[in-house]
Amino acid sequence: MSRPLLEVRDLAMRFGGLLAVDGVNLRLGERQVLSMIGPNGAGKTTVFNCLTGFYRPSAGEILLDGEAIQGLPGHRIARKGVVRTFQNVRLFREMTTLENLLVAQHRHLNTNFFAGLLKTPAFRRSERQALELAHHWLERVGLGDCANRPAGTLAYGQQRRLEIARCMTTRPRILMLDEPAAGLNPRETEELKALIGLLRDEHGLGVLLIEHDMPLVMGISDRIVAINQGRPLAEGTPAQIRSHPEVIKAYLGEA
Amino acid sequence: MSPRLKTALFSALLVLAVAWPVLGLRLTTVGIRLEVHNASPALLCSIAAAAVGMFCWQLWRDRLAVLWSGAPRPPGVPNRLKDILTRPATQRWGVLALLLPALVWPFLASRGAVDLATLILIYAMLGLGLNIVVGLAGLLDLGYVGFYAVGAYTYALLSQHFGLGFWTCLPIAGAMAALFGFLLGFPVLRLRGDYLAIVTLGFGEIIRILLRNLTELTGGPNGIGGIDRPTFFGLTFERRAPEGLQTFHGFFGLPYDSADKVIFLYLIALSLVLLTLFVINRLLRMPIGRAWEALREDEIACRALGLNPTAIKLSAFTLGACFAGFAGSFFAARQGLVTPESFTFIESAVILAIVVLGGMGSQLGVILAAMVMILLPELMREFSEYRMLLFGALLVLMMVWRPQGLLPMQRPHLELKP
Repeated sequence: MSRPLLEVRDLAMRFGGLLAVDGVNLRLGERQVLSMIGPNGAGKTTVFNCLTGFYRPSAGEILLDGEAIQGLPGHRIARKGVVRTFQNVRLFREMTTLENLLVAQHRHLNTNFFAGLLKTPAFRRSERQALELAHHWLERVGLGDCANRPAGTLAYGQQRRLEIARCMTTRPRILMLDEPAAGLNPRETEELKALIGLLRDEHGLGVLLIEHDMPLVMGISDRIVAINQGRPLAEGTPAQIRSHPEVIKAYLGEA
Repeated sequence: MSPRLKTALFSALLVLAVAWPVLGLRLTTVGIRLEVHNASPALLCSIAAAAVGMFCWQLWRDRLAVLWSGAPRPPGVPNRLKDILTRPATQRWGVLALLLPALVWPFLASRGAVDLATLILIYAMLGLGLNIVVGLAGLLDLGYVGFYAVGAYTYALLSQHFGLGFWTCLPIAGAMAALFGFLLGFPVLRLRGDYLAIVTLGFGEIIRILLRNLTELTGGPNGIGGIDRPTFFGLTFERRAPEGLQTFHGFFGLPYDSADKVIFLYLIALSLVLLTLFVINRLLRMPIGRAWEALREDEIACRALGLNPTAIKLSAFTLGACFAGFAGSFFAARQGLVTPESFTFIESAVILAIVVLGGMGSQLGVILAAMVMILLPELMREFSEYRMLLFGALLVLMMVWRPQGLLPMQRPHLELKP
């Protein structure tokens, strides 16, 4: 196997006396969906927080394309192309849907103070391109007619989709979704599944997914890592995980 | 005792406790000693009446409220009108509408009135600058006057030691204040809310105390005097020009009028305010303006999207400080004298009050609030003893009735045209 996009080796996170995550290993390649499953409190979100720089891991290595990124501040990691959504949606609620997508493109925009003050052609061009990209993604996630509405007024499912669109306008390489299907109805979950598949296949993203919705996880994942009490329990293809006795005992439950 | 009676008694006692020492006691000098006397019986009676009134009102306020609700309500401002008034476009027209009287004002009003208007413009500029920091970026800065002082002293020192003119020093003063903003912001912007407020408060005081004690450099409490006034393309407005310069009235063959200088200063202040307004209006529509808004709403989401929170906050802090520097150097030029006592904490408080009264983020609101805050003390000179009391009362009433400020503004939204 070639060098993976993201490789995590022996990740550990300790909060005082509590070892929240211990010995987690992940390998995520391009065009791949890797899911993390496990009971609540197993440490899945903690792993996410370590990967995106919100926590500084106590031990272990995180390699993005072979480059160590552990301990970097969150915005630096995001600029390297690792972006995430949140378990509880974090949109800029007072800003419009469109503006949410423009803020996400901040670092690609012309932020030169004088260029903006004088509205130079370069500044106008960069703003126009940003609008076009934002518009493209709004259409992609089916929010084309909500562009000028404040994000806080959108329906819950729409907010979830907007959050994914917002991540995509940063032009990421790895998309990390923290329970994206929570609170969605079955039809919306189907749409989400299609969207994730599309992002993987058309945009070549590596997707890291935390999810409790088993049909979704089993249907979309290339590989699955099961975590229990901060420790990896099993790793494999959906079929392997489904029949893994430890996973069934700890999480899936006997049929 | 019912809780209502308790409240009523307490309120009445509070009225007595506040009013009697403040109003009811008179200090008179007898020889070299101070003696305390009671005020006139009429005044004491009115204090007692106020206490009784407060007692009754607190006791029966519920019933009064019921009676009141039966009375026909005065028509409130309809929602639609409110929406239109708070739109950025409407407020831009409001500012433009104010511009016309502002341009005519110096040629119609008395010299004192023009001078007062200049002062209002200085505070409007400070308010607009602080509005970037507090209103747009959401950082509570209680030491804003420190940057104002940096600007003023930069011009004063450069003028005194190197003989540089106002127009050369204006950008330098802005840059110096911005530098101070940057240097202060760098370590402290990781703090939030109250903690940031305390550190900036300390910074403002440190600047003032430094200016007071660096006697060799800043002249200590005496300050720096004899600062040059701004010139009009090298023409001075003094009666007699210093060597190498020409006077304004001499050049244009006009009779000398001391009001010219005041009018000129007013026009400079007006153009500085317009420049500030222009910059802020552009900022709101620039990526950095959107980033400030986003950061105010959700810092964690910003970080996850690759925005550097420290850099974005720092830009707001630095820009705000820069405008304070401009205002400071103009202040020095207008006064001709700067002393540390011009830059006390109360100035910071007044500027912050202007921002809060005006409505956070609103330019027109800040300008109106600057007028109110500067005009009220002038109009109430007879009550100058109670000025601070009225100031406090105004703030309390505002927070009760209009916590969003006199004239809040909606943020300009970028719309996608179909």
